[in-house]
Amino acid sequence: MIEIKNLHANVAGKEILKGIDLSVHAGEVHAIMGPNGSGKSTLAQVLAGHPAYEVTEGEVIFDGKNLFDLDPEERAQEGLFLAFQYPVEIPGVSNSYFLKAGLNEIRKHRGLEPLDAMQFLKLLKEKMKLVEMDSSFINRPVNEGFSGGEKKRNEILQMAVLEPKLAILDETDSGLDIDALKIVADGVTKLKRPDNAAIVVTHYQRLLNYIVPDFVHVLVNGRIVKSGTKELALELEASGYDSVKDAAAVA
Amino acid sequence: MDSMEVLVNKEYKYGFVTDVATDTVPAGLNEDIIRLISQKKGEPEFMLNWRLKAFRHWLTMEEPHWPNFTYPKIDYQSISYYSAPKKNPKANSIEEVDKEILETYEKLGISLNEQKRLSGVAVDAVFDSVSVATTFQETLAKQGIIFCSMSEAIQKHPDLVQKYLGSVVPPTDNFFAALNSAVFTDGSFCFIPKGVRCPMELSTYFRINAAETGQFERTLIVAEEGAYVSYLEGCTAPIRDTNQLHAAVVELVALDDAQIKYSTVQNWYAGNKQGLGGIYNFVTKRGKCAGKNSKISWTQVETGSAITWKYPSVILLGDNSIGEFYSVAVVNNHQNADTGTKMTHIGKNTKSTVISKGISAGQGNNTYRGQIKVVPNATNARNYTQCDSMLIGNKCSANTFPYIEVRNTSSSVEHEASTSKIGEDQLFYCKQRGIDTENAISMIVNGFAKEVFKNLPMEFAVEAQKLLGISLEGSVG
Ligand SMILES: Nc1ncnc2c1ncn2[C@@H]1O[C@H](COP(=O)(O)OP(=O)(O)O)[C@@H](O)[C@H]1O
Ligand SMILES: [Mg+2]
Repeated sequence: MIEIKNLHANVAGKEILKGIDLSVHAGEVHAIMGPNGSGKSTLAQVLAGHPAYEVTEGEVIFDGKNLFDLDPEERAQEGLFLAFQYPVEIPGVSNSYFLKAGLNEIRKHRGLEPLDAMQFLKLLKEKMKLVEMDSSFINRPVNEGFSGGEKKRNEILQMAVLEPKLAILDETDSGLDIDALKIVADGVTKLKRPDNAAIVVTHYQRLLNYIVPDFVHVLVNGRIVKSGTKELALELEASGYDSVKDAAAVA
Repeated sequence: MDSMEVLVNKEYKYGFVTDVATDTVPAGLNEDIIRLISQKKGEPEFMLNWRLKAFRHWLTMEEPHWPNFTYPKIDYQSISYYSAPKKNPKANSIEEVDKEILETYEKLGISLNEQKRLSGVAVDAVFDSVSVATTFQETLAKQGIIFCSMSEAIQKHPDLVQKYLGSVVPPTDNFFAALNSAVFTDGSFCFIPKGVRCPMELSTYFRINAAETGQFERTLIVAEEGAYVSYLEGCTAPIRDTNQLHAAVVELVALDDAQIKYSTVQNWYAGNKQGLGGIYNFVTKRGKCAGKNSKISWTQVETGSAITWKYPSVILLGDNSIGEFYSVAVVNNHQNADTGTKMTHIGKNTKSTVISKGISAGQGNNTYRGQIKVVPNATNARNYTQCDSMLIGNKCSANTFPYIEVRNTSSSVEHEASTSKIGEDQLFYCKQRGIDTENAISMIVNGFAKEVFKNLPMEFAVEAQKLLGISLEGSVG
């Protein structure tokens, strides 16, 4: 699905990613954990193509294509989705209008007919049920005045509607109470299919009780210092990041 | 925001010229020219005298210059003040209107054929200096509504014209109003009698066609006691690389319990990417809430013109009267817009609302200039002003000049302002959902302007949204 090789990236002239290697195959869920500031969001933003981040070395093959040859919107149309750590507000643009525009661009790219207003609304309502979102959000402006938790839930709703091949969830758990967390995790789990994959970025192991990952990677200071199965997350929970940091220093 | 660069603007699609034989007076401005114009229009004596008086006053005035932009000096002697299609300047029926001109309006999307039109809108079509056709006049006349060109009104309804013309914007008001009063050629006249709710939207479509001419239109709308009217104004001009002057005056009068809703979509030619050509749009628009419980709303979407200088205002004279101003002004390339409103609270319990949305792209310069004035006797006056600016790219600018003068302690004036940049993050968020840059900008900008668009009549709102997309197309790379 995605193959990241020796990825280096700068932001504001400073190297943040210092050689990341990671392969994710269809049907897999990978968790990326690590302390604050280690570069988790940077990795997510680089993959999605945010212009503030500069790739200095390495390559990424996404579904057979060189990812860095694609504009951000093309990456989205190819099926890469990022649930943002800090979702942006777009005043005056309704949630449904926004999402319909995105979905129809993606459908166009895939050679499908655009959905009309009625068809879209039906789909939207189905997906809103999945993430237990009130229908009043349909006409509210994108993320404007949403609580932190509502924004995160809205990200999952968008994911559910757009049906990406690869979803990257950047700290979707932060700011959620336990009920909301369950709903979000449940949504992600329900959307899991043999032909798609997810990278779940978090710095708490909490979320991983609900979204069970196939692999866990620990990112420290721009490098993956340890990879393992879901037991690694529990280990980290018990001993903290310091143990892996030390391991990284020794290595 | 380095990746946001200004690219080409989409071609102005109304830039064609219609080839018609015209009757154009020689360039220049003096009393003889004014006499000639008045004579060509077959005006009564009072009108000629009114014009001459305005002209003599104009001679004593200085052209205003605003601190926020400069423009080449206008040579008032090089402009022609009257240009009319030769054939049938004012036809008696649509069938008699010059084919070329009918085609021009068809091309602009304005059908003058009553059968073909949506029955909800009556149109007065002004081509250069004259009104060439007015639709649905007879239908409207059955309810006592007068909707005709200003020229026709001067001939057929001189009493009304004498009573109201200049009653809101006196000829001495300002330099461009004085010039307009001296040389105005045509425009629309609407009169809604007592108790009548105008059954359709009234609209005027202004087209500047001839080169080297100025358009000086004059519009007067009077709503008597309890009357209601919604009026729309649209405008375009051919692409020319010289600047053309458009100096209109619009007066609105609302008597007791009357309501006037005035909407404009201004799309004069804005000049090219380098800033060559385009219309200088110097307009005086003012409404008078003369009666109690009256209401005047201005809604404008300004996308065209090289320079716009325009402050649709309301004088809130009647007790409990309401004034509203909703504006979206877009500047791109080298455009300058200096626009805003003046709300003058004189009556008691008067209320005004000002919502201004300025969008700047390219090297455009957008200024909001607004004045809220509350006189000592205007007890319980209320104003709310919200003034938001959005910047696209790094080379444009936005300024806000609110002037507030409150002489009454029981009044409240609230002002909110914000400036935002279409952030890379907002844009990136849209792109991450598969939406390309152009569509993302159009979406963000339309969202920003939504509060204004929702005040426009339905058909107009759709047109305005498209227009906004077009005028910003390619503004970000
Ligand atoms: N847009 C940016 N501008 C400047 N510095 C940034 C930017 N984004 C991230 N950084 C810096 O990069 C480092 C890694 O940040 P981030 O990837 O957000 O970490 P994480 O998501 O793991 O907490 C931090 O030191 C952060 O301050
Ligand atoms: Mg982060």
